[in-house]
Amino acid sequence: MTALAEAPPLVEATGVSIRYDGVEVLRDVTLSLRPGEIVTLVGPNGSGKTSLARALAGALRPSAGRVRRRPGLRLGYVPQTLALDRTLPMTVDRFLALAGERDRAVREAALERTGAPGLGPRQLSELSGGQFQRTLLAHALLRRPELLVLDEPTTGLDQPGASAFYRLVAELRDELGCAVLMVSHDLHVVMSASDRVICLNGHVCCEGTPTVVAAAPEYRALFGFGTGGALALYRHQHDHGHDHDPAHGHDHPHDHGPQGQGAGPG
Amino acid sequence: MASALAAGPLGCFVVWRRMAYFGDATAHAAILGVAVALALEIPIFLGVLALAGLMSAAVALSAGRSYAADTLLGVAAHTALAAGLTAMAFLPGARLDLMGYLFGDILAVSRGDVWTILFGAAAALGLLAWRWTGLLASTLSPDLAAAEGRDPARERLILMLALAFLVAAALKVVGALLITALLVIPAAAARAVSSTPERMALAAAAIGAGAVLAGLAASWTWDAPAGPSVVLAASAALALANLAAVLRRALRG
Repeated sequence: MTALAEAPPLVEATGVSIRYDGVEVLRDVTLSLRPGEIVTLVGPNGSGKTSLARALAGALRPSAGRVRRRPGLRLGYVPQTLALDRTLPMTVDRFLALAGERDRAVREAALERTGAPGLGPRQLSELSGGQFQRTLLAHALLRRPELLVLDEPTTGLDQPGASAFYRLVAELRDELGCAVLMVSHDLHVVMSASDRVICLNGHVCCEGTPTVVAAAPEYRALFGFGTGGALALYRHQHDHGHDHDPAHGHDHPHDHGPQGQGAGPG
Repeated sequence: MASALAAGPLGCFVVWRRMAYFGDATAHAAILGVAVALALEIPIFLGVLALAGLMSAAVALSAGRSYAADTLLGVAAHTALAAGLTAMAFLPGARLDLMGYLFGDILAVSRGDVWTILFGAAAALGLLAWRWTGLLASTLSPDLAAAEGRDPARERLILMLALAFLVAAALKVVGALLITALLVIPAAAARAVSSTPERMALAAAAIGAGAVLAGLAASWTWDAPAGPSVVLAASAALALANLAAVLRRALRG
């Protein structure tokens, strides 16, 4: 990880603010993504997660600040939804070809890799939620990405489906060596797979390894009540794994300000 | 025929992007374009192209502001139409042609017009063929297209330019009020029998061309007005295509 951390960042956001019709959804965000790391953006609804992901992917121009992508960066993007118009006939295979892959066998292999073999001739509009997410992921893989941006990729999946999907993403990261930026609200499942978690609520509330963020007062102010059960489960697992790790114990008092600071207007 | 062949694939994008009102606005702006061209004594094709293009740009730029898109287009389309009609009324001699521009008059098409139509249709088709993949990707998801290094705003502009060319080309034949029909109906009919965007575009072109032939034949045989006959033929094709699709699904079980 040390060698990777010193490599030039794939994407670098500096002082990014995003406004829609004069309403600011994101304020002064600075972050960078390094090769090979899995970074998860968490935050409540309307916290600007999707906007930030779109800005990093190049789909949205920030109203202030700048996003710098490494020149020639190959990016695979899985948007939250596709506004599919039923009047547009589109087979899965044709959709995958839009990623620029001319070889049908390669397209089929990508579907197989994401766990959706044989979907090629089906219409996009007929797919189930899980099949659709896997198709979108296959499309992103065909870009041979150095960075995968996944925006709530488990929307519409049940708990086991979501877990399987996250395992797949972690496997793919190991296979391709790509970095992954994930937007999610499935906190306890996601966080354990991430190298770094960034908690967002109109600005960066707190950031760090999953354990650090889960313990942060800003994070708890945002998520403490709604996901109490899930968090307890998560904390429990990590208490076993990391409590004796001196680095983590040491991090906590330094990284975070007084309770409540992060709970400002979102 | 040529304009129908170009209108088919272009109409697919109009349908996919839910731009039917937009087609109307562009076509109505064409009437104003005719008036402007007559007043300035420039070729009508240029006047129509310019005004249709201006309309496209204006609508594209103002989209998503304080009014909903269909409200905005309704205002723009009918303002342009009314302005065109008013301007025509003040131009000596133009009143005679007005019906022709509103409803199309295939008998008034001269040899020069034929070249204009061929040029306009070829330009529209050429633009579409050139940008096909980019247009398709941006239609499916602007975000995804942008993330993959395409420029959805530019693709949109190119589509509107193609639309302006087509409107300018087809105005004389089908008329401003029915151009949208030539765009939308063959595409909708093709949807029922297509599984990929390319097939839908080809089918729409074929259905459009067939509708033109059938409409003209009907017009010849029964002395029916040509433009409306073409549109009715296209509507019949739409009904048949859907009927065929329903039957096929029923047979498959």
